[in-house]
Amino acid sequence: MFEIRIHSRGGQGGVTAARLLALSAIHDGKYATACPFYGAERRGAPIVSFVRIDDKPIKIYSQIKKPDMVIVLDASVMDVVDVLQGLKTGGKVLINSAHAKEFSGFSSGHVDLTGIALKEKLVVAGSPILNTPVLGALAKMGIISVDSAKVAIREMFSDERNVKAAEAAYKEMKI
Amino acid sequence: MKKIATGNKAVAEAVKQVIPGVVAAYPITPQTEIVEQIAEFVSSGELKSKYIAVESEHSAMAACIGASITGTRTFTATSSHGLLYMHEMTNWAAGARLPIVMANVNRSLGPGWNIWAEHTDALQERDTGWLQVYVSSVQEAYDATLMAFRIAEHNNVLLPVMVNLDGFTLSHIMQPLETVNLGDFIPPLHLAHAIDVTKPTAYGGLTGPDQQFRFRWDIERSMRDSVKVIEETETEFNKRFGRKYGFTEDYCCEDAEVVIVSMGTLGKEAEVAVDLLRKEGIKAGSMRLRWFRPFPKLDLEGKQVVVIDRDYSFGRGGILATEIMAQTREAVFSVIAGIGGQEVTYDDIADFVRNRRIGEEFWFGVSDRV
Amino acid sequence: MNTIAEIPKEEYILKCTSACAGCSDSLALRYVLKAAGPDTTLVVPACCTSVIQGIYPNTAFNVPVYNIAFGAAAACASGMSNAFRAAGKKTNVIVYAGDGGTLDIGIQAMSGAFERGTDFLYICYDNEAYGNTGMQRSSGTPLGAKTTTTPAGKTDAKKDIDAIIAAHNPPYQATACAAYPQDLFKKVQKALTFRGPTFIHILAPCPPGWRYSTEKSVEMGKLAVKTGMWVLWEREYGKLTITPPSKAAMRKPLPLEDYLAPQGRFKGIDTKTVEIIKQRLAKNLAKLAAEEAEP
Repeated sequence: MFEIRIHSRGGQGGVTAARLLALSAIHDGKYATACPFYGAERRGAPIVSFVRIDDKPIKIYSQIKKPDMVIVLDASVMDVVDVLQGLKTGGKVLINSAHAKEFSGFSSGHVDLTGIALKEKLVVAGSPILNTPVLGALAKMGIISVDSAKVAIREMFSDERNVKAAEAAYKEMKI
Repeated sequence: MKKIATGNKAVAEAVKQVIPGVVAAYPITPQTEIVEQIAEFVSSGELKSKYIAVESEHSAMAACIGASITGTRTFTATSSHGLLYMHEMTNWAAGARLPIVMANVNRSLGPGWNIWAEHTDALQERDTGWLQVYVSSVQEAYDATLMAFRIAEHNNVLLPVMVNLDGFTLSHIMQPLETVNLGDFIPPLHLAHAIDVTKPTAYGGLTGPDQQFRFRWDIERSMRDSVKVIEETETEFNKRFGRKYGFTEDYCCEDAEVVIVSMGTLGKEAEVAVDLLRKEGIKAGSMRLRWFRPFPKLDLEGKQVVVIDRDYSFGRGGILATEIMAQTREAVFSVIAGIGGQEVTYDDIADFVRNRRIGEEFWFGVSDRV
Repeated sequence: MNTIAEIPKEEYILKCTSACAGCSDSLALRYVLKAAGPDTTLVVPACCTSVIQGIYPNTAFNVPVYNIAFGAAAACASGMSNAFRAAGKKTNVIVYAGDGGTLDIGIQAMSGAFERGTDFLYICYDNEAYGNTGMQRSSGTPLGAKTTTTPAGKTDAKKDIDAIIAAHNPPYQATACAAYPQDLFKKVQKALTFRGPTFIHILAPCPPGWRYSTEKSVEMGKLAVKTGMWVLWEREYGKLTITPPSKAAMRKPLPLEDYLAPQGRFKGIDTKTVEIIKQRLAKNLAKLAAEEAEP
């Protein structure tokens, strides 16, 4: 089983990111579940969402304590949240950032999702949309396939800019 | 058709297919996605129902009662305090013999305000005459909602049915969902006692001590008859759609020496605990109770029982444990866990079994042993 | 008092609330509490304010707050006020509730408390939807507004709760807006000088609910007043006085489109509905002007 924790702020689409990721994995023929840990609706507050991917049916509902991977969609949450908590030894970090960031003990990748979203004019109510471009980065890292990512995006969104942003992230993401 | 959906969306999807005439509902976390999705289906024309955005849950059930007695299929959804606020009317709905179906997203009771999973809300409804089923996956939430309408509307039942799903843990989690082609699985509703201006009748008027008990017995008689209707419905569902359900979902129980009994998503997580325990040489099994009312005959003969109650009845004990002990007349290890969304993992469940003390009650997080 | 600088500096809302960025509820409450002072207990039903306080074991409000079930605030306040007064205490009992808990599920309790002449202040901060649960429609949602349960725009008019309260003949009632804090401050102070039930209805523009970006909340509140969509007034024993910013708006209202256009909840609203809103707005302004002119 592969467990992923996604850090973001309310209103940035972090919960939808988890759903898109799970949907992509399901289109890859795997089993997947996605869930948020919710407080009440609150734009701007740090939130976490979770994804589990496995080759067999997933019967676990309790929260992910030791993720294999952590995704940070909004670097500012790191001021208030320990995004590395529980991350397994050898685990990976993917951060939305224009510059590489060091996470001692863990391998990390970065991609400027915000920049890509702004370039594609993928902005809703003032917030750049990060949850579709991040799929491109995850595809580059081999977590899901590019084709499944596109199918998932198109199932949830009619705006093709979402697919373009994912493609751009795939290209920009350096492994 | 294969999709992916949250527990809440799966319920709404099922409701869309059964086409209720009226949906009357009020928002409450974590149920709101159900009513929002239904409102959207109605607004887009995908669902030709009348959606009433009532001003409270008491009114939601009262509106459902008013709609249902005209012979119209009716649905609502709620949680926790909404269900509590509805309680006078849930009693009324069952007493009025109305086949209303309601999804209840199990949530804890305040004060303090706690929006996470707990079963006390629905279990407090156990005396009302409502049938109650507890589901543990998105697929099951969809399937159980479909079956609920068929069961409720059966002439031998004519009692409302509550489909329970764990708040957030199931309502908001996303899992694969396969929808079905209903065909004639749910026959059209013909409510024999519906309002008919050509046959004017008074409903639920003044009734004396020499008559009232007959009506209450009638509810119980139908509750007993519903057992067969549930069996037939689940058999027919399996025949048509290839998914089998029962009063319980048993995992490794045949040769088990100790059985974990629980409801909802904990019942699935318990299966993972069973796998762990079996590796250690402990012959454990999991029995996930699905139907709480009517309460089924449980096959626990000769086995030690660890009951996990995600609820409590103050001054008496875990509600599930109490019901089981009343039936089996045997002591159990009664674990109280998951209250207010308290985290309970398969490791914790395995520990409950490893350290079980039959005849005792253990409050996870409070009692300092285990 | 005419300037913000004259408002007392003491803060009763501490740092680290759980409010959304741009929240008008907490903005308004900040001034309500400054006006009420420390001898105050808030009664708060389920609403955004329930969440804004933060999570146990901390609270962000430096006055006693009694959290109560959704429909019960005014009834609870009624009991609390009677008990305080019986014990000789002058503590302000203030219900601070959203539009859902006031216009819908809480209306029975509120009517009862008002009819019995309860000595309390009922404040309804109105973000025109069920905010805490994710923006479903309430009867306070205006005509044409999109919410998650009115995806094509609400087809019913906003319930006139001020008229319903007026029918109970309270000694004082007023409207206010989070974008006009000095006015709100004065009205709260005034309300608390009366014995008996008083009511203040505050417009609370809401970024996630009204779908505009978070830094525009004050701007939205001012547009509501300047277009006449929201009228600031007070009634003392039924005698109406319109507050100066609304008087100015009545003389020369900004075009309604200025208010509707920046809000995503009105996106795609059809011209027929806009016309209806304009007509009703004009009628309302005329009615209020006529009422004020009465001797």
